[in-house]
Amino acid sequence: MRRSSNRLKLPSWFEGWLGLSIGTYVVLILLLIAADVWFVAAAWMDDPSKTQLLSSDVLLDSVKLTFLTCTISAILSVIIAVPIGYCLSRYRFWGRSVIDAILDIPVILPPLVIGLSLLILFNNFPPKQLGWDIGSIEDMIYSVTGRHVTNTELAVIVAQFTVAAAFAVRTMKATFDQIDPRSEKVAMTLGATRGRAFFDVVLPQSYKGVVASGTLAWARALGEFGPILVFAGTTQGKVDVLSTSVYLEINTGNIEGAVVISLLMIVLAMVTILTVRILTDKDSKVDKGGMSR
Amino acid sequence: MIRLDQLKVQAGGFSIDQVDMEIADGKCTALLGKSGSGKTTIMEAICGLRIVVSGSVFIVDRDVTDETPHLRNVGLVPQDNVLFPTMTVREQLGYGPTIKKWDKQAIHERVEEIARALKIDHLLDRKPLGLSGGEAKRVAIGRAMAARPDLLCLDESFTGLDDETRLEVMQVVKAAIQKEGATTLMITHQMSEVELMADVRYQIVDGQVGLLE
Repeated sequence: MRRSSNRLKLPSWFEGWLGLSIGTYVVLILLLIAADVWFVAAAWMDDPSKTQLLSSDVLLDSVKLTFLTCTISAILSVIIAVPIGYCLSRYRFWGRSVIDAILDIPVILPPLVIGLSLLILFNNFPPKQLGWDIGSIEDMIYSVTGRHVTNTELAVIVAQFTVAAAFAVRTMKATFDQIDPRSEKVAMTLGATRGRAFFDVVLPQSYKGVVASGTLAWARALGEFGPILVFAGTTQGKVDVLSTSVYLEINTGNIEGAVVISLLMIVLAMVTILTVRILTDKDSKVDKGGMSR
Repeated sequence: MIRLDQLKVQAGGFSIDQVDMEIADGKCTALLGKSGSGKTTIMEAICGLRIVVSGSVFIVDRDVTDETPHLRNVGLVPQDNVLFPTMTVREQLGYGPTIKKWDKQAIHERVEEIARALKIDHLLDRKPLGLSGGEAKRVAIGRAMAARPDLLCLDESFTGLDDETRLEVMQVVKAAIQKEGATTLMITHQMSEVELMADVRYQIVDGQVGLLE
């Protein structure tokens, strides 16, 4: 018979500290959401027309564009982050520290600066003073594809990708650091080339890291605002994603509308991240009670 | 025949020099030495996992000194097994033959054969997590033997097991090696393992490798 005293045992200081930390931060986040919900509900009860934004086609387009650009940016980020993360984790080469530092620049720089730099890169590079007479990168892309980048949906993806990929790279490097490099060595002695060993042995082990990297990149892209504002602009009904829509609503004095869009972003983020976690978490239900590797 | 000719290998600040060894076909050759004496460094050089500073490595009379590991046709069993966590035991045993493009039926038959020889046929559909130490060891050895390598390398492969399991695993592995006629190099610091397993013995003392009579 189980002793009931086990259930009455008070938590130790350590368990208390863990619980307090989780509780404090989770409560803070929930309070932020609750405040938004309360604000919108109060505005709706006061005057339902203030929150009618939800029914607008413009907002629906904004949701679609946000979901599409975030997803494309996340996929591109993972595609680039896997080889870079692996390279930084496994290879020691001259200039590695410099490359490592360069890869942190998008994380460190203020997002507005990233947007400004993208704008200059695409529209003023290579500089005219060089006299190359080949036009800017924007011109070259236009002459080849017939499409502009700046102030279009492509600019949203480029801006999101530039920042999100840096976070994805960090996640993938940490993932590969945790995978025993001898796995590849054993696979190579069994006849696999380094590339084959990577795809057969390392990549399957990094599955959760790839998912985490993609999720982080997606979430980061969703929250991206500064580079999009500068590089893609905020033309309503054209290239406005949800984060810039919030900015537009605030600028026009429609705080209620801005909060409605903010809540929509929270719901979109929660649904997407939870769906990804549920779909990819089915293999994680393993016994973690022992010390088995 | 596997032959090391005046081999010099460096591992960080450690190096071992003038290594001459011969590993006869179908025999189990032991390399004895204290911890840190350079046994694993020599084995890694044979497998192509360490750059050789000078000298040569011959596997079946072919100079493989500058060849990458995947061309050497060796099978390595690291001290702590390093099983592939996402593969089942069946996939681990079939990995070498699959890489070497055996046909599916041959791979299936070989996996069954090696699993029976090492008494792990009941584990074929399990993944490494949860295998006992002795089971994991036999899977690692089976994985290395499955593609019939020219040299099976056992790197202190019986350490970390309790005495009873170690003896049981060694007996099973010895029988499998003898049945296959596998040319084997085992490195160890345990004389008891050498006495049970080895036909030929080398020893490293003060950086010098010599035949132990």
